[in-house]
Amino acid sequence: MARLTSDRRMQVYGALLLLPAAVLLGTFAYLPTVATLINSLFLPGFRGAAPEFVGLENYALLLEDRTFWTVARNNLFYALGTIPTSIALALGMALFVNARLPGRGLVRMAYFTPTILPMIAAANIWMFFYAPQIGLFNHLLGALGIEGPNWLGDPGVALGAVIVMTIWKEAGFFMIFYLAALQSIPPDLEEAADLEGTSRWSFFWRVTFPLLMPTTLFVLINALINAVRVVDHLFILTKGGPNNATNLLLYYVYENAFSFFDRTYAATITVVILLVLAVVATIKFRVLDRRTHYQ
Amino acid sequence: MNARFPVNKRGLAMAALLAAGSLNAQAQTELTMYYPVAVGGALTEVIDGLVADFEAEHPDIAVEAIYAGNYDDTRVRAMSAVEAGDAPQLSVMFSIDLYELIEQDVIVPFDDLVESDAEREWLDSFYPGLMENGRLDGQTYGIPFQRSTIVFYWNKDAFAAAGLDPDTPPETWAEMAEMAAAVREASGGEQWGVMVPSTGYPYWMFQAFAFQNGHRLMSEDGTEVYFDDPAAVEALEYWVALADEHGAMPDDTIEWGTLRQNFIEESTAMMWHSTGNLTAVRNEADFDFGVAMLPMNTQRGSPTGGGNFYLFKDASEEERRAAMTFIRWMTAPERAAAWSIETGYMGVSPAAYETEALRDYVEAFPPAAVARDQLEHATAELATYQGGRVRRALDNAVQAALTGQMSPAEALAQAQREADAALRRYAR
Repeated sequence: MARLTSDRRMQVYGALLLLPAAVLLGTFAYLPTVATLINSLFLPGFRGAAPEFVGLENYALLLEDRTFWTVARNNLFYALGTIPTSIALALGMALFVNARLPGRGLVRMAYFTPTILPMIAAANIWMFFYAPQIGLFNHLLGALGIEGPNWLGDPGVALGAVIVMTIWKEAGFFMIFYLAALQSIPPDLEEAADLEGTSRWSFFWRVTFPLLMPTTLFVLINALINAVRVVDHLFILTKGGPNNATNLLLYYVYENAFSFFDRTYAATITVVILLVLAVVATIKFRVLDRRTHYQ
Repeated sequence: MNARFPVNKRGLAMAALLAAGSLNAQAQTELTMYYPVAVGGALTEVIDGLVADFEAEHPDIAVEAIYAGNYDDTRVRAMSAVEAGDAPQLSVMFSIDLYELIEQDVIVPFDDLVESDAEREWLDSFYPGLMENGRLDGQTYGIPFQRSTIVFYWNKDAFAAAGLDPDTPPETWAEMAEMAAAVREASGGEQWGVMVPSTGYPYWMFQAFAFQNGHRLMSEDGTEVYFDDPAAVEALEYWVALADEHGAMPDDTIEWGTLRQNFIEESTAMMWHSTGNLTAVRNEADFDFGVAMLPMNTQRGSPTGGGNFYLFKDASEEERRAAMTFIRWMTAPERAAAWSIETGYMGVSPAAYETEALRDYVEAFPPAAVARDQLEHATAELATYQGGRVRRALDNAVQAALTGQMSPAEALAQAQREADAALRRYAR
């Protein structure tokens, strides 16, 4: 009897420990998710009428919505354009500033600065970099005798321009994780490798890179989430234009919810985004986890 | 009105407020108002100053004025507040939000509150052109406050350098294309002739072209649009031709946000832009510039733009009266005049231009009157039910045509189809 009570007590104790996190997650993650799912099954009420239950009609509309497919394709290119490059750049910068070089603190700070800037501020600066006649980039190109493009105004170039700015903004952030990971690698590994006469190249690929895998996995997931989650710069740079050339999924959700007042359609797109993200994250954890060595 | 917003009065206002509050706490009516700033600058300080002055004169009313970002942000903020059951009593919002606000059933017409003849007179005291976006079915929902039109800015030095008369702006489309091409040629390709912004609010600029071609893009009741009309197609063809045929305007879209800088750095000799930029251009340009009405094809024309005062539904009778008092005070001629001088926005009533302050200002700086003079040729800004979708469809069409993805006719036909689909439930 006494043992049972103590078991019980332990259970209650454990539940109480979980409670704060559970409440927060429930209120701010699961409840909105469920509400979004339910919302996506309705049509907004017409002229003050109650919303109308329509089942999967919104999803059928979504399949036929050409703008949605344009936006989804843009987002795929955006993810493919930003994720690998910013991770490779972050790793390169981390290796560089991890080495012994003069003014190391200063270089580290310089690399990290874009991360501290709010996205909106960064976008405002870059808008003037990209301005076709008066902007920095075309002035530099002009000095070389090249006539620069209309970076944000030409639908063939605009998405690329947005990708470049995003890489500049994100690489420094990911660098910090790599730098931390590099500093936790014990120096005796390198000393041992030096005694063996291992080349730096194979030391990197055989020792450093595998040891960084947990960080790479973490950064990869974060980069993926950011590719869908961060659209602040679009509000400043292009507003999704010209003619949807730079429109991304979350910006399209915002437009539907707050410009078009079509909350239920916005909910439908949100559910699709959640599904896709869940699938991709699952695959990443399954496939990469097997090849990841945790220390 | 020499000191336009006497700062020292603010302290007095606070004192008066505190005194009134402690003596007579129940009698004070508290109002909340959201307002946008769309052109940057220190406009929030101007508003705070006005509110403090008002509170000093009306100790029984306390106004909390909350800056809520641009027009879109303000709409989001206000609608979220309404949904959270914490609706403001009044707000300044985009004039074209009218249909959405009515559809969400959150605003009331001013006609419901008007009692005395003086108030009825006040309702009729504004420029009729500015009331178009505020009226529906004979009811007045929006009172003009920060209102603008598109005007034509030109660089007189660049005109002189190209052998043009620096004091004569183009009167017609053909003249503008010719003059712009002349400037471009004379500068050896260093300077563009003309720039019309095509991001941010492309539909607004396109409305000007269409109206100058004698065409109005939407019905009075906001249930139909006429994007694929031949007159509209012709208007878009002219806009595209400025770049393609006349070589006077750069290809692809032109950024709304950096255009003023283009003009100030003389990378373009002419631009179409909101009057809201006037004071900034005046302060920053180190060359001689002029401001004129937009050129015409079959007639002159520009859409109006900007923000109106709205009264929200979820308020007590007492709060509504107080809100009305505040709005009347804010739109009185002296305040409208001071506001116009401070920003470049229009004085919203003829009486504002008869005040000493604004009369003197216009005399010393004639460009300040162009927006007003253009008002008689103005049309309402594009506002319909499902306005967000309809405007976006037109924005896309304009950008698709300017970037060469579609011909003007194709692009406008597609926009028409999209708008028709969005409006199908509203046909009367």
